[in-house]
Amino acid sequence: MAFFLETLLGGLMSGMLYSLVALGFVLIFKASGVFNFAQGAMVLFAALSMARFSEWIPEWLGMDNLFLANVLAFAISIAVMFVVAWLVERLVLRHLVNQEGATLLMATLGIGYFLDGVGQTIFGSDIYKIDVGMPKEPVMMLESVFEGGILINKEDFVAAFISALLVVALSIFFQKTSTGRALRAVADDHQAAQSIGIPLNRIWVIVWCVAGITALVAGVIWGSKLGAQFSLSTVALRALPVVILGGLTSVPGAIIGGLIIGVGEKLSEVYLGPYVGGGIEIWFAYMLALVFLLFRPQGLFGEKIIDRV
Amino acid sequence: MSGRKIGEVILDLKNISLSFGGVKALQDISFDVREHEIRAIIGPNGAGKSSMLNVINGVYRPQEGDIILRGVHHANMDSYGAAKAGLARTFQNIALFKGMSVLDNIMTGRNLKMKANLLQQAFWLGAAQREELEHRLKVEEIIDFLEIQHIRKTPVGRLPYGLQKRVDLARALAMEPQILLLDEPMAGMNVEEKQDMCRFILDVNDQFGTTVVLIEHDMGVVMDISDRVVVLDYGKKIGDGTPDEVRANPDVISAYLGASH
Repeated sequence: MAFFLETLLGGLMSGMLYSLVALGFVLIFKASGVFNFAQGAMVLFAALSMARFSEWIPEWLGMDNLFLANVLAFAISIAVMFVVAWLVERLVLRHLVNQEGATLLMATLGIGYFLDGVGQTIFGSDIYKIDVGMPKEPVMMLESVFEGGILINKEDFVAAFISALLVVALSIFFQKTSTGRALRAVADDHQAAQSIGIPLNRIWVIVWCVAGITALVAGVIWGSKLGAQFSLSTVALRALPVVILGGLTSVPGAIIGGLIIGVGEKLSEVYLGPYVGGGIEIWFAYMLALVFLLFRPQGLFGEKIIDRV
Repeated sequence: MSGRKIGEVILDLKNISLSFGGVKALQDISFDVREHEIRAIIGPNGAGKSSMLNVINGVYRPQEGDIILRGVHHANMDSYGAAKAGLARTFQNIALFKGMSVLDNIMTGRNLKMKANLLQQAFWLGAAQREELEHRLKVEEIIDFLEIQHIRKTPVGRLPYGLQKRVDLARALAMEPQILLLDEPMAGMNVEEKQDMCRFILDVNDQFGTTVVLIEHDMGVVMDISDRVVVLDYGKKIGDGTPDEVRANPDVISAYLGASH
């Protein structure tokens, strides 16, 4: 039982991290109907920026305070992601208003490759460390309930907590503020939104900014686990099944999809793995996504527009 | 129509021509709209009525012609600019935000009037909160006015057609427009719903002094509520005047009234 719980919790926490990346996809799709293939590249770009600035800032300013350096680097990275969002709107999206979904999809693929390349040109292509003071050591919990207790990775726990916080903040922003309302309006009907005076261009910059900040948070968390390196860009690929499962248009879907896949991966690896020779974790998510595509292509919570991808 | 005074020309359309490739949707059309009046655009299917409205609203840009709004030239207006200039519209094929509630839909109409910046909103600071409440009050007034209190929280997609049309009007009214453009506000409605809609249009015009430009198929309705009528046929203007004048115009009779009456 304790072992099952331990696996379950581990799954939930890694699921939360998938959700975080998936959220970036959902935000942009919801607000502009674009499936953003550049999300992974944005995660990498943000992580590299964070890693390098937190390294450069102490050098430039000659100070030795890790916390302050991290805060500054984070602020600068937010600014960097804002500039990226602005440039994407200015140079790419603005010229593609009312184009086919596939055209926009290809454009984001291009943006993705571009960011991958430019990011590594500016920030370098080694593996860089992001040290935001995440606790590394595991802790034992519930020792009074189970013999031996449950082993939990503190880092995962903090990460899951931050993700949850971000998700809650974003849902409130979407539901309660007038900008959130305008975002949902644009997602629903471009033309009608414009005719009541919602500025499409500004809304897009905001959406890409929010997606950029989500990418930054994901980048920092994944980066401090794995190091800021090129493979972060492929983390997004692991979030794809999450998006298919949860539905492209649903924020709660992204979260629950992430949790299901996180838990499914871990449990199937542990309990089914021995019968099929292991390695389930690698393909489980994609299998599940395939099944969903066959039987419920709109996902768990999505509207029926997945065909626009 | 008590106490309502028709004023000066507020919107002047001069020699508008619009074509899509080889199709000439509008050819050299001129007419004006006076403040506080109800101006109708009628014509058979494919006459260019909706195109005309889309030109006024900035969805289409005419190849030739001039749009003068309160003395200002607006040749290159887009629909965002039109909204800023005080034009609101409803759509023939209702373009509401289907996933959102009636209240949220109408609140989007207040977007241009909201001043709180993104940061204030993001942290739900005082200014954003106060503003939200202020606008909510205004929206509740409109909801009362159009008698849709009971569906306030319902997602728009679930409402019957007639009510959706009313929400569409409510969203446009929330912008407190000077000119309201209505694209077939009564299409597809039953007699009772049509009567309600007529009453609302007359009330809006009367109480708020809003200028109304409307496209309508139902001839009876148009003749009853409009002050002046423009008649289009195959992209050309064939008549312009009071309902009685238009009714007596032989071109109009042969193109439109003759066929349908």
